[in-house]
Amino acid sequence: MSIHIDRVHKRFGAFTALDDVSLDIASGELVALLGPSGCGKTTLLRIIAGLESADAGAIRFAGEDATRRHVRDRRVGFVFQHYALFRHMTVFQNVAFGLSVRPRAERPSAAEIRARVMDLLTLVQLDWTADRYPSQLSGGQRQRVALARALAVEPKVLLLDEPFGALDAKVRRELRRWLRRLHDQLHVTSVFVTHDQEEALDVSDRVAVMNAGRVEQVGTPAEVYDRPASPFVFHFLGEVNRFGGTVHRGTAQLGAAHFPAPEHADADGADAVAFVRPHDIAVAATPPAGTSWEVTLTGTSAAGPLVRLELETAGTGEPVEALLTREEAARLPLERGRTLYAMPRAVRVFVEPGIEAGR
Amino acid sequence: MVAPIPRATTEPAWVRRLLLGVALAFLALALGLPLAIVFAQAFASGAAAYAAAIADPVTLSAVRLTLLAAGVAVVLNTVFGVAVAWAVAKFEFRGKGLLITLIDLPFTISPVVSGLMLVLLFGSNGLVGPWLASHGVQVVFAVPGIVLATVFVTFPFVARELIPLMQEQGTEEEEAAVVLGARPWQMFWRVTLPNIKWGLVYGVILCNARAMGEFGAVSVVSGHIRGKTNTLPLHVEVLYNEYQFAAAFAAASLLTLLALATLVVKELVERRTHRPSVASSE
Repeated sequence: MSIHIDRVHKRFGAFTALDDVSLDIASGELVALLGPSGCGKTTLLRIIAGLESADAGAIRFAGEDATRRHVRDRRVGFVFQHYALFRHMTVFQNVAFGLSVRPRAERPSAAEIRARVMDLLTLVQLDWTADRYPSQLSGGQRQRVALARALAVEPKVLLLDEPFGALDAKVRRELRRWLRRLHDQLHVTSVFVTHDQEEALDVSDRVAVMNAGRVEQVGTPAEVYDRPASPFVFHFLGEVNRFGGTVHRGTAQLGAAHFPAPEHADADGADAVAFVRPHDIAVAATPPAGTSWEVTLTGTSAAGPLVRLELETAGTGEPVEALLTREEAARLPLERGRTLYAMPRAVRVFVEPGIEAGR
Repeated sequence: MVAPIPRATTEPAWVRRLLLGVALAFLALALGLPLAIVFAQAFASGAAAYAAAIADPVTLSAVRLTLLAAGVAVVLNTVFGVAVAWAVAKFEFRGKGLLITLIDLPFTISPVVSGLMLVLLFGSNGLVGPWLASHGVQVVFAVPGIVLATVFVTFPFVARELIPLMQEQGTEEEEAAVVLGARPWQMFWRVTLPNIKWGLVYGVILCNARAMGEFGAVSVVSGHIRGKTNTLPLHVEVLYNEYQFAAAFAAASLLTLLALATLVVKELVERRTHRPSVASSE
C-alpha cells in the first residue's frame, strides 16, 4: 500500500516539529527517514501511524484519506525503539495480542491464532522462546518479537521507530541485514526512522533526509550520497571537507585555487561554500598540471584499508582530510611538515544563503 | 588460601551485636510489649468475658460500621486513585502540579481538621447541612458523615502508590496495544491493569488499614452514638473511658488482629512485586 504525505505541519507549543513535509512512498518500498535528533522524523512516523495528529496536511493510504482515521483502524504495524513488549505476557501472548483483541466475529479460532503466532515466531527465528517472558530475552531477541507482534495483524504498512537504536553495534548490523531480507520476502511497505546514516544507506530503497522539520532530499542511497542537494545533506552523510570562498560567473575561488562551477554562471562575487569528500582528493608530491592547493602534512593514520592524511592549506591553514589507498600513499613522501599538493576530483559549490544549515 | 581481607564496611562483631541488640530491645519495648499487653488485658477476665465483650451487640455494630466505612473508602479511592494516576501519568495538562499537591492534602492536614471541615459543611449550621436536612438527609452525627470522613482521610493512598509506578512505565505499551487494534477497555484490562496490579493491591491494603484505624476525623463527625455511629476505634475509647478495661481491650484486640492480618497480606504482596522476572522489564 502506498503512503502519501501531503504538506504536513506539526507544532508542539512554540517548537515546530514538522514544517510543510511532503513525501510519497510507493507500495512495497522500504524507506528510511534519516536525520539528527529533533529533526521531526519520529513525529512524522507517529503521524503516519496515527499516534499523533497533524496540525495541517493529509496522510493518504493507497490514495484514500486516512488523516482522521483512528490508529486502530489504520492497519499499521509499529515497532517501538524500546520494544514496548507487554511485560506480563509471554512471547506467545505478545505476538497473539493483535489477533486476540479482535471482535469475536473477526477473531480467528484459538488454533488458527496458535498456528499464525508460531509461524511468525519461526520467521523471526524465535519459536523456542514462545513461553518465555520478554525480560528473559536479549535486546535483539525482544526487537524481533516486537516485529513478529507487529506483523501478526497483517499490517498494510510497517513503521519502525529507531528499531535498532537500543542495540549494540554488532547486533545492530546483523539485525538490519536481516530486516532487509525479511522485507524482500514480505514486500510490506515499510518506513523506518534512524539517525544512523550508515544504517539508512545500507538497508533502504530510498532515503528521506530530514533537518529541522523539513525534508532536505529524497533519493536512493547512491543519489543522496553522491549528489547531496544541500550543504546539510553533504555534512550529514559521510565525512566531508568544507571550504569557504566566493563564486563569480561560473568560477569558484576557494583559497588559492579556482574551480569551474558552471551551475552558478549568474553568480556575481557571491559568498559560497564548497564540499569535497576525503576520498575525492588526490595528493601529489610535486605541483600537478590541474588546479590544486598547496598543503602541509600534519598527520597520517593508516588503520584499516585506507590511509588518512591530515593536511593544512598553505597560508589560510584550513584543515583538509584526504583518504588514499595504501598504494597511493606508498608513492608519497609522508613526513610530517612536508609540502604536498591536493587536487579535488569532485567539488560541490553552494552559494549563500542556505549555508548556515550545513554547519 | 590467603586470609580474607577485612572489608572496609564490615564492623567488628561486638559492634554489630550491640547495634542489633539495641534495635531489637527497642523494638520489643516499643512494639512487642504494647502488642502483648493488648492481648493480656483482653483476656485478663478470662476467655468467657472476652467472648462476651466481642459478642456484645454494640461491639458488633461498631465492627459492622468500621467494615462499611472501610469498604466504601476502599472502593471509591481505588476508582479515584486509578483515574487520577492515569491522568497524571499519561497526559499533559495545565494544573497537573496543583492536582498532585491536592491529592496529598488529606495527609498534610490534621484528621481533626478534616472532621471539623465536614461539620462546617454538613452540620446543622453548615454550608449545605440545612438544605440536606430539609430533604431528610443527615450527614454529620450519622453514618454518611463517618463514611465521608473515612473516604477523605484515605483519599491519597491508592493514587500515591500508582502515580510513580505508572509514570515509570510510560505509555508505550498502551500505544502498542492500540496500534494492534485494542479497544480502550481491552487496553485497560489486558495491558494497563496487569502492569499496575501489585501496586494497586498494595495501595488498597494501605488504604484499608488506615480506613479501619481512623480515629480523629471520624471522632469529630460521629457524635459517639452507641450502636449507631461508633466505629471500632471510637468504641474502644468509649469503653476505656467507662473503665470497662477488659471489654475495651477485647475490642482493641480485634483492631490489632486486623492490623496483623494487613501486615501479613502486605508482606505477601511485597514478595510478589519483587519477583525479578516481572519487576525488571528493561
